[in-house]
Amino acid sequence: MNNTVPLPTPHTPGPAPTDDIPLEVHDLTVAYQKKPVLWGIDLVVPAGKLIGIIGPNGAGKSTLIKAILGQVPVSAGWVKVFGEPLKKNLRRIGYVPQRESVDWDFPVNVLDVVIMGRYGRLGLFQRPRREDVDIARACLDQVKMLPFANRQISNLSGGQQQRVFLARALAQEADLYFMDEPFAGVDAATESAIIGLLQELKSRGKTLMVVHHDLSTAKEYFDMLLLLNMRVVSFGPTEQVFNNELLQKTYGGRLTILTDVAEAVKQQS
Amino acid sequence: MNELIPDFDFQRVVVAPWASDFQGNIWVVLMGFFAITACGLVGQYLVLRRMALVGDAISHSVLPGIVIAFLLLKSRSSGAMFVGALFAAVLTTVLIEFIQKKSRVKQDAAIGIVFTSLFALGVIMVSLFTSQIDLDLDCVLHGEIVNVPLEFPFVQVAGLTLGPSSVVRMAAVSLITAVLVMGFYRQLLVSSFDPGLAGSLGVNASVVHYALMGWLSVVVVSCFDSVGAILVVAMLILPATTASMVTDRLPWALASVPLQALLSALGGFHLATWLNCAIAPAMVVASCGLFALAWIFGPVDGQWAKRRRRRANALPDAVLDPFLGKS
Ligand SMILES: Nc1ncnc2c1ncn2[C@@H]1O[C@H](COP(=O)(O)OP(=O)(O)OP(=O)(O)O)[C@@H](O)[C@H]1O
Ligand SMILES: [Mg+2]
Repeated sequence: MNNTVPLPTPHTPGPAPTDDIPLEVHDLTVAYQKKPVLWGIDLVVPAGKLIGIIGPNGAGKSTLIKAILGQVPVSAGWVKVFGEPLKKNLRRIGYVPQRESVDWDFPVNVLDVVIMGRYGRLGLFQRPRREDVDIARACLDQVKMLPFANRQISNLSGGQQQRVFLARALAQEADLYFMDEPFAGVDAATESAIIGLLQELKSRGKTLMVVHHDLSTAKEYFDMLLLLNMRVVSFGPTEQVFNNELLQKTYGGRLTILTDVAEAVKQQS
Repeated sequence: MNELIPDFDFQRVVVAPWASDFQGNIWVVLMGFFAITACGLVGQYLVLRRMALVGDAISHSVLPGIVIAFLLLKSRSSGAMFVGALFAAVLTTVLIEFIQKKSRVKQDAAIGIVFTSLFALGVIMVSLFTSQIDLDLDCVLHGEIVNVPLEFPFVQVAGLTLGPSSVVRMAAVSLITAVLVMGFYRQLLVSSFDPGLAGSLGVNASVVHYALMGWLSVVVVSCFDSVGAILVVAMLILPATTASMVTDRLPWALASVPLQALLSALGGFHLATWLNCAIAPAMVVASCGLFALAWIFGPVDGQWAKRRRRRANALPDAVLDPFLGKS
């Protein structure tokens, strides 16, 4: 198995933070029923970056996030968050799951869902405080969903549901965010509003890892890209990683639309 | 007609039971109330998690547990049976989970496999050991609520006579259920709505799952030897679904459970007095009546409200006419 992928080259000199590497993944392997879906993942993620995770369907993007968050058992390897095991730093992590992962008929309203983002900060039997409700409302306001605060969640459009999830992640007030396809089913205006929000978070020193499917926008949105297909095909600054050869490697043979994109990329640069 | 359905005599159906035998009847109604409350509260989360039939499974698969407890402990005391039944109930939930996790078998099929097997095993045991078992299975699985006031002596605490032991036990179980549901509201909510997020909020979704299954077992087992399996299975599902027609906020849905329990227990009791029929099934029918009302009139998901909303939202026909080239 040494005919594949080069290991991620240590680019990004940056300000060399000491214990403040938000995420470090070493030799992570995940298998579902003995079939490996992630293999030997090594990552050192620098702080204050907006990072796109890109790869074909079934590449293991969602699985990578779930493995980092301890939601699926890992067969080998380890994950460190801010230099410590995950459990120690749960409060510094925010998560936006894929929208289809929950039952939208659940009897809760928009505000209830966003307040869930505050649960990590409450004691075992503690009720959400005034301040938690205020923060939740402020987060809803940031995604322009405050007028819907009392709406039952099944009466929302797909894009609005996505924004509710985003507001909930904001309410977590985390330093490291994982977002699984936050742009799925979102219109252009909302998409640019969301990306503006993510960039603002980044400018406040947060680190964001975002699963993204649209290669035509990947280049302008993200500082760094993680090209993933069972293994790390490449991880580095967008301008170094987003090229025909590596995208070919990531998407394998399935390149009908993709060759066009790659062509366009070539012409641009 | 008159022979099948007795006339509704207000005096006989509504007044007489309370005037003549208040002491006896109040325990029957209270037993129903507490049992329905406990089942309804736990059932709310089963329904939300799409596990409504786990309760059904448990109420059948306890049979071998009861038989084994009886053979081992040589006792017909309700304590021994409780332990046996509880053991079998927990085993059921663990087996369902195990089969589902380790293979492609979906939950509904896993439930079907586990409870039918355990029930069959129980039936075989009963027929093997009939000679040694002086066990009235009808009574174990389909206990009769009318027997409740006949349980003497009544439980006494500090010189205070509380009531028949099964009612006191059921009251305790439903009180604890209410306290647990309120105390762990957030943990139950987030792990039912979004188990993935729960983990990153420090709520262990699988601990919540097993705790819920464990407590479900306690509730089911402590109910059904006195109120019968039908009531238990129905009450795990009915109050939650009725509430979903009426409200779309979980706290209100939970709060509606005791109210529904009171209405079903009282309504069922009087229905049974009127028709001279078994009480527990009558309570189920009363609860179904509430469901039917909610299905029609419920403001959130009731048919009438939905129809009215459709009407209100529809454009008047004439609005589109100019665009369709009509004048
Ligand atoms: N619970 C599961 N059991 C077994 N296999 C699974 C499970 N979840 C995912 N897989 C498999 O693991 C692989 C990676 O899945 P994953 O969901 O991580 O892909 P993804 O990159 O997020 O894809 P998508 O772009 O479609 O969201 C797939 O081949 C999938 O079939
Ligand atoms: Mg995915």
